[in-house]
Amino acid sequence: MENRILLVAELGSEGHLKSSIRSLLTAARSLEGEIDVLVWGGDTTFAVAEARRLPGIRRVLNGVGPTLADGLAEMLCALVQPLARQYTHILTAATVIGKNWMPRLAALEDVAMVSDIVGVESSDTFVRPIYAGSVWATVCCPEPLKLVTVRSTAFPGVEGEGADPVAVENLPCPEALPQSTRIAVHTHVQEGRPSLENARVVVSGGRGLGSAEHYEALLGPLADELNAALGASRAAVDLGYAPNDVQVGQTGKVVAPDLYIAIGISGAIQHLAGMQTSRVIVAINKDPDAPIFTVADYGLVGDLNVLVPELTAALQK
Amino acid sequence: MKILVPVKRVLDYNIKARAKADGSGVALAGLKMSLNPFDEIALEAAIRLKEAGQATEVVALSCGDAAVQEGLRTALALGADRALWVSSSEELQPLAVAKLLRAVVLREAPTLVICGKQAIDDDANQTGQMLAALLNWGQATNAAEIQLGEGRVDVVRETDGGTETLRLLLPAVITTDLRLNEPRYATLPNIMKARKKPIETLTPEELGVTVTPRLKTLRVQEPPQRPAGIKVDSVAALLARLKNEAKVI
Ligand SMILES: Cc1cc2nc3c(=O)[nH]c(=O)nc-3n(C[C@H](O)[C@H](O)[C@H](O)COP(=O)(O)OP(=O)(O)OC[C@H]3O[C@@H](n4cnc5c(N)ncnc54)[C@H](O)[C@@H]3O)c2cc1C
Repeated sequence: MENRILLVAELGSEGHLKSSIRSLLTAARSLEGEIDVLVWGGDTTFAVAEARRLPGIRRVLNGVGPTLADGLAEMLCALVQPLARQYTHILTAATVIGKNWMPRLAALEDVAMVSDIVGVESSDTFVRPIYAGSVWATVCCPEPLKLVTVRSTAFPGVEGEGADPVAVENLPCPEALPQSTRIAVHTHVQEGRPSLENARVVVSGGRGLGSAEHYEALLGPLADELNAALGASRAAVDLGYAPNDVQVGQTGKVVAPDLYIAIGISGAIQHLAGMQTSRVIVAINKDPDAPIFTVADYGLVGDLNVLVPELTAALQK
Repeated sequence: MKILVPVKRVLDYNIKARAKADGSGVALAGLKMSLNPFDEIALEAAIRLKEAGQATEVVALSCGDAAVQEGLRTALALGADRALWVSSSEELQPLAVAKLLRAVVLREAPTLVICGKQAIDDDANQTGQMLAALLNWGQATNAAEIQLGEGRVDVVRETDGGTETLRLLLPAVITTDLRLNEPRYATLPNIMKARKKPIETLTPEELGVTVTPRLKTLRVQEPPQRPAGIKVDSVAALLARLKNEAKVI
């Protein structure tokens, strides 16, 4: 049987398609079948144009309207549910948004769902990390409709563009917001640096930094020199050194940059879960026995207050 | 106002899980089990609402075999008023748990359900959202702050780009993130008292829920290991390696 696959995309803050859609395409290709891409938001103009040029897709579905602007789980379910049974698979990225609406849809459709996959073995069998990634489970999902969230970093994005833009179908936008839920305030942290999800280099700091001032004063210049995103351990976020949305780990973001530099981070399992598939890992820590060194390609033992400025200065040369 | 808090007993977060040699599952025998940390945070949030006079009763619930009663004892020691045990020896997957919770919600009529955002064993992050769907209630996942008002609750959520505040009409489902609060420890006298408190037992049959697993775990194995790295003795040596060997800068 030919699979029919729907990929639900996400928009970045400027209305462009997030690059995770290309990872979803990679995952979808190993399922084999026709692929549709659903774009949704308050204004999807840019994203639809970009989606139409994705390689190897059949068509783009466009869900646009004011009730979709905030990405409420209830609204996304109202948008996707009417189409759901036309598909054998619906995939979306395992982001805060994806993790919010897809389980809701699964329950509405009475199907079990598969979270946060890192591999596709066949059209009903997937690999996913459990226990903070300490072990991987291979899971068979016999549901006729497979709802799956995908860990983007595990699937290198499909490159290139399609020859001609594919057709767009406009979907009816859900009319009213749900009775139960309203967005009151939306804060977005201003991004001066590359975003954690897409950066080629990530400089990440932990409790060893000692204060918010040190975090910025030591890591900021290093990150700027490497054009890197800043990340943090949970301890650093809890202590207020860094905002919540840069926490890397089991319960934060999962990143896999070309280069991850862990500074003053001990390397708890929950932190490793978010960074251990980076291509190259560097650790700077004064404790030679810190577990972070078990995953580091290059370890530097010593005081970060000395070593980090030295590293930044050497790069500036 | 009654608050229902579902809790799960999981491998303690300090212990690194290992696959069984035959790949049939995770080796748990003899290892320390604890309440899922996110559920402790959920319980703490509920207890604080009660202490602030905004809730009247906190009911803890756990689904599984007899061992999950341990988790319920901990919940009682921490301050839950009552404990419900849904007894089942089946492997309970998120959809089944959500259906059990729905059935209990229909009996108990809580105004708020506060769950952990994920259990740190299967890391699924599904149950709260599924429950909200089955009840047709509003949902706020990843809560970092909860403000109860008249007939509504405002929840600050941690998102991928910062935070957002949702206003939910009650009843509603909230799932907790790490920074919502710092859970208290149970005191010895409370642990002793909790041992004597009754635990009410229910079964999936009584609740009219089929819990047969839908997903099948074929294999559990160790993830690919990174090759061992090296220690370098200076910043200059590090940079040389990054440039010439790893070619990342
Ligand atoms: C349910 C749950 C979920 C969690 N999720 C996450 C998660 O998503 N992400 C996450 O990161 N953690 C998470 N944690 C927390 C995790 O267990 C650790 O507590 C946390 O990662 C520790 O952060 P850290 O390495 O910054 O701090 P610490 O473990 O305190 O390590 C600080 C390190 O800094 C070094 N250091 C100190 N001073 C210096 C100096 N001057 N020079 C050089 N090195 C120095 C020390 O040697 C030490 O190794 C979670 C925990 C739980 C229970």
